[in-house]
Amino acid sequence: MKYAFLKKLRVIISLLFFILITLVFVDYRNALPEEFAKGVLYLQFIPSLLKFINLLSVSVVGFIVVLVLTFVFGRVYCSSICPLGVFMDIVSFFSRKIKKKKKRFRYKEPHNILRYSLLAVTIFFFTAGSIYFILLLDPYSNFGRIITYFVNPVIIMVNNGVAGILGNFNIYAIFPVEIQSVRFELWIYPLLFLILVTWMSFTDGRLFCNTICPVGTLLGLLSRFSLFKIRFDKENCTSCGLCARVCKSDCLDFKEQIIDYSRCVECFNCLPVCTSDAIKYTYKKTGDNNAGGTKREVSTLPDDYNKNKRKFLTLLLSVFAGSAIGSIKQDTQEEYKDSTVPEEKEFPVTPPGSLSIRNFTHNCTACALCVSACPSDVLQPSFKEYGLTGMMQPHMDYHTGYCNFECTRCSEVCPTGAILPVPEEEKKWIQMGIAKFVKENCIVHTEKTDCGACSEHCPTKAVKMVPYEGDLLIPEVTDDICVGCGACEFACPTTPFKAIYVDGHSIHEIAKEPEEEKLEKPMGEEEFPF
Amino acid sequence: MKRREFVKKSVSAGFVTGTALAFGSINNLFGKPPLPYSPVDLVAVKGGNPGQMFDQGIEALGGIEKFVKPNQTVVVKPNIGWDRGPDQAANTNPHLLSRIIEHCLKAGAKEVRVFDHTCDVWTKTYKNSGIEKAVKDAGGKIVPGNTEGYYQKVDIPKGVKLTSAKVHELILESDVFINVPVLKHHSSSRLTISMKNLMGVVWDRRFWHRNDLHQCIADYATYERKPDLNIVDAYNVMMRNGPQGVSVSDVVNMKTQILTTDMVAADAAATKFFGNNPADVLHIRKANEMGVGEMDLEKLSIKRITI
Repeated sequence: MKYAFLKKLRVIISLLFFILITLVFVDYRNALPEEFAKGVLYLQFIPSLLKFINLLSVSVVGFIVVLVLTFVFGRVYCSSICPLGVFMDIVSFFSRKIKKKKKRFRYKEPHNILRYSLLAVTIFFFTAGSIYFILLLDPYSNFGRIITYFVNPVIIMVNNGVAGILGNFNIYAIFPVEIQSVRFELWIYPLLFLILVTWMSFTDGRLFCNTICPVGTLLGLLSRFSLFKIRFDKENCTSCGLCARVCKSDCLDFKEQIIDYSRCVECFNCLPVCTSDAIKYTYKKTGDNNAGGTKREVSTLPDDYNKNKRKFLTLLLSVFAGSAIGSIKQDTQEEYKDSTVPEEKEFPVTPPGSLSIRNFTHNCTACALCVSACPSDVLQPSFKEYGLTGMMQPHMDYHTGYCNFECTRCSEVCPTGAILPVPEEEKKWIQMGIAKFVKENCIVHTEKTDCGACSEHCPTKAVKMVPYEGDLLIPEVTDDICVGCGACEFACPTTPFKAIYVDGHSIHEIAKEPEEEKLEKPMGEEEFPF
Repeated sequence: MKRREFVKKSVSAGFVTGTALAFGSINNLFGKPPLPYSPVDLVAVKGGNPGQMFDQGIEALGGIEKFVKPNQTVVVKPNIGWDRGPDQAANTNPHLLSRIIEHCLKAGAKEVRVFDHTCDVWTKTYKNSGIEKAVKDAGGKIVPGNTEGYYQKVDIPKGVKLTSAKVHELILESDVFINVPVLKHHSSSRLTISMKNLMGVVWDRRFWHRNDLHQCIADYATYERKPDLNIVDAYNVMMRNGPQGVSVSDVVNMKTQILTTDMVAADAAATKFFGNNPADVLHIRKANEMGVGEMDLEKLSIKRITI
């Protein structure tokens, strides 16, 4: 019983991480400094690993800290640091409250084939240069998507409701924020994932972490050898089975007095329930010599193995099917009389600091933190901009916003290094793409009236107005000072096709700074011109 | 949402009626020959800092008390369109705004509200323009303008292209409306002064761009809820690359200010300061033709002050 405090400690640390990470994702007012996000996400395994590989810098060694922690204490990452893991504990907690018949966990065999194949596939694809399975399975990124896609809109809706009521009394401390709803095709995967995770944790605790999650499986390989472990004291044990009932990883076999350390997430639930002081969390083995993990042979596959595999495959299939349906629908755009020439983008635009489409798509796990952090709403999850494997990785959507000239928020919060930090002065002149002008769509050409919204919004005046017919002025693009921020495209009032749009660079370039000329004062010091 | 809108609409409808009733008489002033108690139509000030120029300018116009009565609510509409610092003069001068707010509060205003429907992200423009801090320090209230929920649909019966628009509720609710544009070069409308500044009180601006920008600017200027006072900030003037500017080299320290109740006169005078002919700026000419105000400065009584 003297280990009972460990469970309390675990719960406190878990909730702390969970709340802080959630805060980072729901910070739609950008109230928290970038350092906060950086600090809170420092230990997230996959992002840290990717950033380390990308930068080869010792400043991002969060994942090594996790590996060391795992080697010393076991899978405390899964238990406390992983926000999805804590989310599952919360679901599991409520399931026990809701269910009439109290859930009793019991020892089950691991789904070894499934979990090791998923880990192998993920590693294989990653070493072959594709981040796709990491993007699909990484628990942190999935948690980020769930918050960004489903929780943020709800929070903003509540915020807007409150703001609306207060606005009636002329109180504007809380202000409405525009909800950027993610297109519904993109909801499919995160939604199915959310359902899967909720269902798995509702019915069987940490089944997901020990069956599907590649991070869990990987850390499980290491935690077999960790220094501190949950251990049985055979002398004291009365085989009452209380410990196994609360083991949410189903990894504790009280009859054989064996713990499957590859699945134990160090939740410490078993410690306080033992009435005979027979279960301990210690450095050294105490009176037990078979603490080395599952020695048993998995002779037959467990009953639900095939069921789970089928579910997972259905899940993947439905994502693809869903996207196919979506792509058919997408082309039925409303035809409007104004503009006729479609925008033809060769490349999508990746955010400033991402260096190139290649670097970006190879390092982005689509956690959507940049999407929720972007103050201009320009970063949106992509649908087919990067192809199927890049689905949900954000791109610069100049129909929802444009990149603020002096803003570097996305590059500062990105935990994976897909968007690398850039100093503000450098960021201004990163050329993410170049604006293309389509005269046939332009108001000045079609309506013969002044417009110039594009030039108005251009921060470098790469889009400037030059003489056209009569007194009219028409836009003209100076390529080398264009930064590709998309302000022109956003501001262009033509529908459905814009008269000016940014075509992305596959590799970012540096724009020239506009030249400064001296100005003459239009009038003398004293006189009034009227 | 529906219920909230209903409540909002009914509340603001009440406000509109109230405002119209209370201000019918003042609104009638516009476009008419100078009334006996208003010896000056337009005040042009030159040579001081923005605050000084306003002090002397408003005095020459009869004092702020002529416009703001005790216990009234005031809305001040500056230009806060762009995420640029005060030195680039892309937004209204913050010092001028704080002085205006101080005057209003001294005259007994219950509340002075400041907002703009910005182009760049509003939280950034409010902050980096220095206006948010200036307003708060002066005792005013800074209000967001970038949510459609704050905008109410109104009819513009005299409009040619723009016959209705969604207007920020503060414009409709507040007792006094003070327009504080900054004089700038503008790539779309050639110049932006007081009439163009009102593009920041409506929600859908793309419509204006699609449907003859100059006409829409003039159309909106015919709307009955006109500013009770226009103060054109021409202290630092962006002479090119407007409305955003590229660097401080676009800016000339002109040290002038114009105060008038007539938007067309304000824009005509400012255009002359800029070095252009008012009739060449299409929306000024159109507004003049539509009877919004007087473009011919010869016809006005002008007070010129040099500090």
